Amino acid sequence: MTQSRDAAIVGIYEYPLRDVEGRISPLQMKAECAAKALADAGLQWSDVDAIYDAGEGGGMGGLTIAEYFGISPKVIDTTNVGGSSYQFHAAHARRAIQSGKAKVALLTYGSTAHSNARAIGVGGRGGASMHPAENMDAFAGMTLISNYAMVAHRHMHDYGTTSRQLAEISVATRYHAMRNPEAVKAMEDLEFLDIRETTIDDVVNSRMIADPLHLLECCMISDGGGAVVIASAEVAKNCRKAPVWILGSGEATRYPTNGGDITTSAAVMSGPQAFGEAGVTPAEMDIAMIYDSFSITVLALLEDLGFCPKGEGGRWVEGGRLKFDRPGDGPALNTDGGGLSSNHPGMRGIFLLLEATRQLRGESTSQVDGAKLAVAHGNGGMLGSRHAAGTIILGSD
Amino acid sequence: MNDPKRPLPRADEFDTRAFWAGTKDKVFRYQQCNHCQTVIFYPRAHCTGCTESDLEWKDASGRATLYTYSVVRQSYHPFFRNLVPYVVAWVDLEEGPRILTNVVDVADVDQVTIGMPLELTWEEHEELSIPLFKPASS
Repeated sequence: MTQSRDAAIVGIYEYPLRDVEGRISPLQMKAECAAKALADAGLQWSDVDAIYDAGEGGGMGGLTIAEYFGISPKVIDTTNVGGSSYQFHAAHARRAIQSGKAKVALLTYGSTAHSNARAIGVGGRGGASMHPAENMDAFAGMTLISNYAMVAHRHMHDYGTTSRQLAEISVATRYHAMRNPEAVKAMEDLEFLDIRETTIDDVVNSRMIADPLHLLECCMISDGGGAVVIASAEVAKNCRKAPVWILGSGEATRYPTNGGDITTSAAVMSGPQAFGEAGVTPAEMDIAMIYDSFSITVLALLEDLGFCPKGEGGRWVEGGRLKFDRPGDGPALNTDGGGLSSNHPGMRGIFLLLEATRQLRGESTSQVDGAKLAVAHGNGGMLGSRHAAGTIILGSD
Repeated sequence: MNDPKRPLPRADEFDTRAFWAGTKDKVFRYQQCNHCQTVIFYPRAHCTGCTESDLEWKDASGRATLYTYSVVRQSYHPFFRNLVPYVVAWVDLEEGPRILTNVVDVADVDQVTIGMPLELTWEEHEELSIPLFKPASS
């Protein structure tokens, strides 16, 4: 299969702080990241002709974000599918560029979730809603983590998966975080106790939050933001950095069904679309940027993306194979430190694109030598109920 | 005393109001399509299996099986934080519907296991009742 190299990530920026102490707004963060990502690409605001916005800055994003930035896009896309929004945005931007409708697309994210003291990682809950599904669910007191914990319990029941196996994901992610100065500062600023590389014992001996998930299997609640610039091949030629091509994309949703399998996510649909379009296989991936809201999220998504058969994820992740310095053992996982140990401001999908791009440029703090292919998979909503999946395959020249 | 209360559903929500109306009389209702036999739950006004939408309300027996669960040990909600540890679960009714609910009346949360037989029990409120589940009596 011939890979199409029509659209590439040419500019990135990640906001360095995870605790802005309420000094700036999400919109200001978005604009600062956008300007720096454009500068990274060697482009200007005036080059942007397509804008992608999940609306987290308030207002009606499609109406107000172009004005706020001071641009005049002709493609406006306000898809919001939670944490996977940015994988959807990247997929849509590529299609807009392929169709000739746009040349330079801008994706931004900004959140002051930590400053707002929103409970995302542990103990959080949704608000009242008039959506019929919410009207059936709200009485049960399902916290966010217990939603994911119910996936983990069923996975353990069906496949014999253990807490020690799930802990491998937390341990590998922290291993990478300790090499990323921004992640270490994040943990300091968010007052993590005992900031160091962790062991499997550390994870399984940490406090149980919602059985069977422990504290160190939960993402942090941080501030944070970022921006991504995606451009046509023609524009990419003249950008400052080497292009990181979008080779394939997949989108899907999944929701509770009577008699359905809770251990299988929408990634079983989005993954094959993306890998098939890119003409590559999971086994060829150097880097796996997989949405790590919780340990079980990564385990289920790795299986559903095809890194191993369903149910074998627990055994597959054993022995530290997800660490960046074990390249013969498959992809390195979440080399920035992930949502577990670097940042999780609510919708983490953009950071998956940012770190995948850094890896393929050779700019990561846990760099995999010669990394050429990466998968960035976002999961939005909740894994144990209704969620969206966006898979993006990236490749360098 | 102003005790925090369990969050209750809206009795006037369009798709689910008939279900909640039934709970007032402690009846667990679900829909099945007479045309394609699809069981629809949560309740809706249309069939998700076919476009005929010939839906009929039926009463569930209350016999059920625990599909999966979690023991919640930390909650910031004013009502649920006083309940910890409590059991949140997806429960499969014998007739097909899967519902998010709580497993109650267990002496020790460690006794809860996936696959255990359950039966419906109701928590009464002024306008409606809440369907909860407890270990099956026999």
